[in-house]
Amino acid sequence: MNGRLRSLGTVLAAPAAALVFALVVGSIALSVVGVNPLFAYSEMLEFSASANSFVSIFNRAVPLYISAIAVAIGFKMLLFNIGVEGQYLLAGLVAAAVGAQLTLWAPLHIVVMLVVAVVVGAVWAGIAGILKTWRGVHEVVSTIMLNFIAFSVVAFLLKNYFRDDPASLNLATKPLPLSGRFPSLNPVLEFFGLEPASGFELRGYLLVAVLLGVLYYILVWRTRFGFDLRASGLNADAALFSGVKPKRMVVLTMLISGGFAGLVGMGQVTGFFYGYTQDFPRFLGFDGIAVALLGRNHPVGMGLGALIIGFLRRSSQILDLRGVPREVTVIIEGVVVLAVVVAYEVVNRRVQAAEVKAAAEATQRPGGVAEAA
Amino acid sequence: MWGSDREPHIAQTHREAPTRVPETEPRTGARSAAPAVELIDVTKVFPGVVANDSVNLLVERGEIHAVVGENGAGKSTLMKILFGMQAPDEGTIRVGGQETGFASPKEAIAAGIGMVHQHFMLADNLTVVENIVLGFEPTRGPRLDFVKARAKITELADVHGLPIDPDVLVETLAVGERQRVEILKVLYRGAEILILDEPTAVLVPQEVEELFRNLHSLRDEGVTIIFISHKLDEVLAIADRITVMRGGKTVATVDPRDVDAHQLAELMVGSELPTPETRESTVTDQVELEVEGVGVRAGERWALRNISFVIRRGEVVGIAGVEGNGQSELIEALIGVRQADEGRIELGGLDITGWGTRERLENGLGIIPEDRHRQALLLSSPLWENAMLGHQSLEPFVDGPWIQREGARERTQTIVDAFDVRTPGVDTLAIALSGGNQQKLIVGREMVSEPRMLIAAHPTRGIDVGAQAAVWEQLRNARALGLAVLLISADLEELIGLSDTLRVIYRGRLVADLDPATVTPEELGSYMTGVRQEVTE
Repeated sequence: MNGRLRSLGTVLAAPAAALVFALVVGSIALSVVGVNPLFAYSEMLEFSASANSFVSIFNRAVPLYISAIAVAIGFKMLLFNIGVEGQYLLAGLVAAAVGAQLTLWAPLHIVVMLVVAVVVGAVWAGIAGILKTWRGVHEVVSTIMLNFIAFSVVAFLLKNYFRDDPASLNLATKPLPLSGRFPSLNPVLEFFGLEPASGFELRGYLLVAVLLGVLYYILVWRTRFGFDLRASGLNADAALFSGVKPKRMVVLTMLISGGFAGLVGMGQVTGFFYGYTQDFPRFLGFDGIAVALLGRNHPVGMGLGALIIGFLRRSSQILDLRGVPREVTVIIEGVVVLAVVVAYEVVNRRVQAAEVKAAAEATQRPGGVAEAA
Repeated sequence: MWGSDREPHIAQTHREAPTRVPETEPRTGARSAAPAVELIDVTKVFPGVVANDSVNLLVERGEIHAVVGENGAGKSTLMKILFGMQAPDEGTIRVGGQETGFASPKEAIAAGIGMVHQHFMLADNLTVVENIVLGFEPTRGPRLDFVKARAKITELADVHGLPIDPDVLVETLAVGERQRVEILKVLYRGAEILILDEPTAVLVPQEVEELFRNLHSLRDEGVTIIFISHKLDEVLAIADRITVMRGGKTVATVDPRDVDAHQLAELMVGSELPTPETRESTVTDQVELEVEGVGVRAGERWALRNISFVIRRGEVVGIAGVEGNGQSELIEALIGVRQADEGRIELGGLDITGWGTRERLENGLGIIPEDRHRQALLLSSPLWENAMLGHQSLEPFVDGPWIQREGARERTQTIVDAFDVRTPGVDTLAIALSGGNQQKLIVGREMVSEPRMLIAAHPTRGIDVGAQAAVWEQLRNARALGLAVLLISADLEELIGLSDTLRVIYRGRLVADLDPATVTPEELGSYMTGVRQEVTE
């Protein structure tokens, strides 16, 4: 029995089953409003199979993925960072404001902005970590409250300090100089024969997301810190007895989660708005929770989850044009997340039952270890 | 399910069934009516453990009947059966002469049985009246009739001499008063048979006296009381008759006028103690662990006080005691999960009093925790990660900040081979192993890392006899090589067989310093139950 193959199978089987279930529910919803589900689904697929859609899906998936990682790091030790929303907005604004003031060698310019974003996100999340360890405030309560504070702080800073042109109706930071702009990956797409229309630019920030995914994996599964983190989530008492300092873990994890959260919106800052504007996308923090659940906190799983959500959001656009209520995709989105949570439970139980059986067989027969190997 | 894991040892080791003291008539005189409660050959088996083995209990109407026994003797299981929380596998239960088989506590309550749990089940932010009527609210039309409820409660309180202000919030009450509310709650539901589970465990001495007065007046009103305890002096003071349980059996029912605490202690512990193996002492004169005046607070009281002892290289110091007398706090203070509130701890000559757990583990302290599932394992993780637990900052599991998967797997394989952990492989999830194999893995991971000092709490609890012997052998070998061991166990055979020195812990203090080669059951039993106290400083 190959452990890795088995765990990959588990990771994939559950979301696949959940997706099918969600499509069935979506079909029922479509049928109720008098639309042939097959028609709707084939329209969505067809629409998505274009270079433009490819770009759009990935651009949508990138911030969702980073947001999911930020949430997942907390989940790994049963710490619920509901405040990714406020953390990325505040971080995006401050990083954009700082970036606009700099003139540096291009890569360094971007790195400095990203570092600023990480620090701002970490500090904002760290407040919740300290409140929890110092005064026992539950992080769900404090991070939600910190979200509201962040929304107001962002509005206040943007209006009073970071606004580029007070005369203009457009509430935005000063545009980033060219050196602070992340190049697009469209040349690479063209190399592979994909030619998206103008306005569809695959943001180079995708590479940062991939890097963060790898970093997340290494941090959680390959380091001592990650072991302490996972042990705390799996069994807090056992972690304590193994020498983990729970308070230190809470603060550290909040800081790291917030650091990742700070990077959620930086793709848009450096690759689309070239600054922070009023139109900056919202709700990526909350969507990240759904993606983390969908991908079971697994770096690959969350990538697929982010792409699925990206696909549903992109392809819902065609439904409008075809006179189909696009809310159907929102239903599918919701159902798929719920179904995935249930499906993982079922799969997990099966895997554990199989393990118990295998171990029992090995135990009962003397020499069974050798036979089973 | 927790109980089943916790109870095996006494149950397995002492199984002779002497009825040394003849049964006698109860002091208050048996009334003509059928006995209040009668259990005949009740047996309850949990996987791997016989919690109750042909238990017989006869409680007359209107008597205070104490059930005593060590932790794991089967008292709790017996009471759960009587209260309908668990179904017996065999046997007959008669309540008031009627054969019954309660499927739930609800049915037991309907039959007039009430239980006062050790941990109170009261809502702090409700008043006394509200707590008492909760679930049985008298109504007038759609509204609650608190006037009626208050009148009935006041009457109950007067009749039974349980004074209480019905309108104060429970959160303002002292522990003894809360207990009174619990008793009133049970009486309000019409109970004629009261089961009190370790009722004095949470009380201060004055409150105990108050409780005893209340219980006597309840008995005089005709209430039957079953009093579960392991404190012999209290039992002798309150009970009309005493049934002793040991190893899942009822070994005797005695009249408190005919026995003294020493005889009772011996009945509880058993008449024979295992004889320690004759062997050479490996105790050296190098001190490995020195504990001096350590105390741990638990709120107002001290859970642990004035603990001082020394363990030398090659020495095993055994701590005997009924569970809940400070053993957990001692373990936690030693490994640094909880900081001692006073005193100092030295390991290998270094003052580690202020150190964190990890620093202590890195400096050669090993720990086999009391509660395998709660404190020692990541059940849904593979064995190799479980083998790392507690050693995740040490080679070969890590190299600096990086986990060494290969090193960890190899080390785990070494443990699996050396300690005969039956498993398909090191990637198997810990939850898949049987309790015994899990325990062997835990013992193995500590022993293989060659600690200088091992704290072993119930190291062979729940594992089969063969594996037990193997673990004991490993401990003896390590001891011969200079390992210092603090052994905390409920298994007297283990304690006497392994220890060089035996200490007894009672109510957070070390009360005796005994030689395992010469100790008698009567001695051990009376120290463990607080009949004798010789505080050693």
